[in-house]
Amino acid sequence: MSTTVSSRPGNPQPDNAAADSGAAATSAKPVSWKTPVLLAAFGLIALVFFGLLGPNKTASFGISTGSDFFQLPALEVNAFGGGIVLSVLLLALAAYAVYLKTKGRPAPGWLTVTFIVLFVAAFLIWVVGGARTPSISLAGLIAGSVTLAVPLVFGSLSGVLCERVGVVNIAIEGQLLGGAFTAAIVATMTQNPFIGLAAAAVAGAVVSMVLALFSIKYLVNQIIVGVVLNVLVSGVTGFLFSTVMQEDKARFNSPPGLDIIEIPILSEVPIIGPILFRQSLVGYLMYVAVLVVWVGLFKTRWGLRVRAVGEHPQAADTLGINVNATRFWNVTLGGAVAGIGGSFFTLVAIDSFTKEISGGRGFIALAALIFGRWNPIGAFFAALLFGFADNLQSIVTIIGTPVPSQFMAMLPYLVTVLAVAGLVGRSRGPAASGIPYVKG
Amino acid sequence: MVRVLKLELRGITKRFGTLLANDHIDVVVESGQIHCLLGENGAGKSTLMNVLYGLYEPSDGEILIDGKPVSFRGPGDAMAAGIGMVHQHFMLVPVFTVAENVALGAEPTKAAGFLNLDETRRRIREISDQYGFDVDPDALVEDLPVGVQQRVEIIKALVRNAKVLILDEPTAVLTPQETDELLDIMRQLKAGGTSIVFISHKLREVKEVSDTITVIRRGKVVGSAEPTASTTDLASMMVGRAVSLTLEKAPAKPQEKTFEVRDLTVIAHNGQHVVDGLSFDIARGEILAVAGVQGNGQTELTEAILGLQDRVSGSITLDGKELLGRSVKEVLKAGVGFVPEDRKVDGLVGTFSVAENLVLDLYDKPPYAKGISMSPARILENAKARIDEFDVRTPSAAAAAGTLSGGNQQKVVMARELSRPLRLFIASQPTRGVDVGSIEFLHRRIVAERDQGTPVMIISTELDEVMELADRIAVLYKGKLVGIVPAGTGRDVLGLMMAGIHPDEQAQPQPAASRPAPTSDAEGGDHV
Repeated sequence: MSTTVSSRPGNPQPDNAAADSGAAATSAKPVSWKTPVLLAAFGLIALVFFGLLGPNKTASFGISTGSDFFQLPALEVNAFGGGIVLSVLLLALAAYAVYLKTKGRPAPGWLTVTFIVLFVAAFLIWVVGGARTPSISLAGLIAGSVTLAVPLVFGSLSGVLCERVGVVNIAIEGQLLGGAFTAAIVATMTQNPFIGLAAAAVAGAVVSMVLALFSIKYLVNQIIVGVVLNVLVSGVTGFLFSTVMQEDKARFNSPPGLDIIEIPILSEVPIIGPILFRQSLVGYLMYVAVLVVWVGLFKTRWGLRVRAVGEHPQAADTLGINVNATRFWNVTLGGAVAGIGGSFFTLVAIDSFTKEISGGRGFIALAALIFGRWNPIGAFFAALLFGFADNLQSIVTIIGTPVPSQFMAMLPYLVTVLAVAGLVGRSRGPAASGIPYVKG
Repeated sequence: MVRVLKLELRGITKRFGTLLANDHIDVVVESGQIHCLLGENGAGKSTLMNVLYGLYEPSDGEILIDGKPVSFRGPGDAMAAGIGMVHQHFMLVPVFTVAENVALGAEPTKAAGFLNLDETRRRIREISDQYGFDVDPDALVEDLPVGVQQRVEIIKALVRNAKVLILDEPTAVLTPQETDELLDIMRQLKAGGTSIVFISHKLREVKEVSDTITVIRRGKVVGSAEPTASTTDLASMMVGRAVSLTLEKAPAKPQEKTFEVRDLTVIAHNGQHVVDGLSFDIARGEILAVAGVQGNGQTELTEAILGLQDRVSGSITLDGKELLGRSVKEVLKAGVGFVPEDRKVDGLVGTFSVAENLVLDLYDKPPYAKGISMSPARILENAKARIDEFDVRTPSAAAAAGTLSGGNQQKVVMARELSRPLRLFIASQPTRGVDVGSIEFLHRRIVAERDQGTPVMIISTELDEVMELADRIAVLYKGKLVGIVPAGTGRDVLGLMMAGIHPDEQAQPQPAASRPAPTSDAEGGDHV
């Protein structure tokens, strides 16, 4: 190891105290006050705003959509009562976290997750209860969240693949954008969305190969290469958009979309149906990709080697694993995954490419990766949370909330900041992430 | 019957740029032997073994196995040929389990590349039982003590059917008892037909366990020796000149106690008491050596004295003045000289010149500075004097400190700290990674400082060093003081103290051990 470039945004370094404790192997992992204090603060906010100051109206949540094969009645909650009950539950959870802390134990994962779910529920009841039309479709809200989360999930999976092998991928944004652009232009010219989808994967992979080449072979700082790539892709696609696509939209920028494929019967189950069985090809691919990456990383030989290279490349090298080749191909694979995510913009969500269509979602995906603790399934749920915040923001703007819409628009980013600031406690990334491997 | 190999290195040469790390080295490892490569730090032992293990490609020369030349393109080839290596810095992934670490690179799989770790677990238990390793295949490596991690490394090699096992400075991280256990394991392995290449610079261990000794100096083989050779002969072969292994030091003449530590407690960020209620004092003209296995609070103790730790309670007084709560600068000004344990991180600025490093603590004071300007001429003058006095081998005073050898870097740090009038001198790991020739020199300087009437505190994880320098020995275990014993206390007593067992407790379970342990110094002049 000769070079060590270890600057990484939002990623606390592994705990050194544990690393150098030789004989004192009993050293306890640090338990910080951060989580209990944050939970207590949010519990109080919930009590005051959602409970005590909550509107005494009934909030109604539709559970079924019109196409379900049986209809469930809408869920109706008194906003004031619901707020009080939920915020008391939240405070109880916070108190339990404080109790654990005094015993020197960290808050378990389920506690934080339950807290987030309850807090969101309390928030929803409050917002909807105070709206002009106090009624929203819960099913639509969740299904829409999944839709908005699709590119985020692909982006963060790309991040998982790259960081687990030891390369920081800041270029997710560029890979999404490159995928979106390529999918649009190739699908239009071939009149085949599937070829467009494949081309998007190739485009993402190409962006990634540049990242891999410079960071692995030429040891350029990975953050800098990533940022430069984002700017480059944005510039190139923007230029081609205004010089080529806009000149002849019919020839270059009207891709045939990927249809929503409804799976008979299953797609009509309330709530679950629209989420799992009423998706486009890209949506189904997302679920498959999450599972495949998870199983691959934690259950297969390939995954063990990938993780070893990301944690301790020298150890992997001494066991005959080619560190830099492993890194190169994984980063390339990650780019392909992000490219597929990018195709979602132009083949599913919108029917043409526009400048900056990815709109910074690559960076949110990066946050989801950290929030999800470098785990594909964690990243999936984190991305879902961000998608939910995004979708909620647009829905509550429509139904008319007591909160100004500008504040609601901040919601996804607020959630991002809180998440990355360590709401889930200390997250520890792969030890060698961001550090180029030099033999000898 | 296990296949045993004869391993031959012929004319191995390895260059790094202009540096000749290995110069036509010939070594023959006979099957079923423990073959020791003896040499100082930086002599080229590890480079040679990395060539043998396929990590480096030799610039010249060849490797023969059972008389047939082989070439390794990577460690995979070496392993396939039956060579295993335990590196000085363990090659284990801390967040993996033992089984995952052992399987890595040669994973047993089911269909479609799915891991089948049951097979690995079974092999680990088998080997663990055979050699009495007591290793749990499902434990996380980062939770294991260093000694057990080393066994995991050995298992890793054995699972791959290593016939030749390279151990690179395996005892550097172990307590004396763990070292003895390792030597036993090595003998067992040998009895089972595994050849061992044992790399070390510690003569006692080498003599105890080796069948053949090859001595390497400055990248060359300078000769071979029998394990029966005397330590002095081995040491002089290793260093290239006669060295005196026993430090000649007059008995201490302790005067008044000027440095006192009372109830010192340091709490780490994780809430752990890394230093726990320490009380001791040091008299002028006396060396107190603090012994203990690495990571038992030594670092935090010295940092607390220097004012580098935040959450400290108790009291530290020097000449009756409280040091606790003062800034580092004030502590230095009170006359504390400090040699930190890691010279590269805390002792030197590697890219600065030797001359600049020699005034790191005085650069802003006359005569080196006047107002806002520094006087390079005076700094250079000082550097020349110190370089002469401490025999620092450097191309010039302007050379970057990072380019010097470990021993010379340490001399620079020591020269800087000893160039001021001191009221207390603290040296942490004063000779870690330093060649034998320089060790002798540095030790003499430390004793000279004591003889000038300075209280001296030495922190060392090398028991030999502690026993050689100390007038009194304090042993730390998990942040607590196990006890303070006089110099001349036996190695075995100290070894057990380093595992947290007080001398009084030691006597009880073994009444047979009524030999005069506290005064015996059986190893005599064997302190290298």
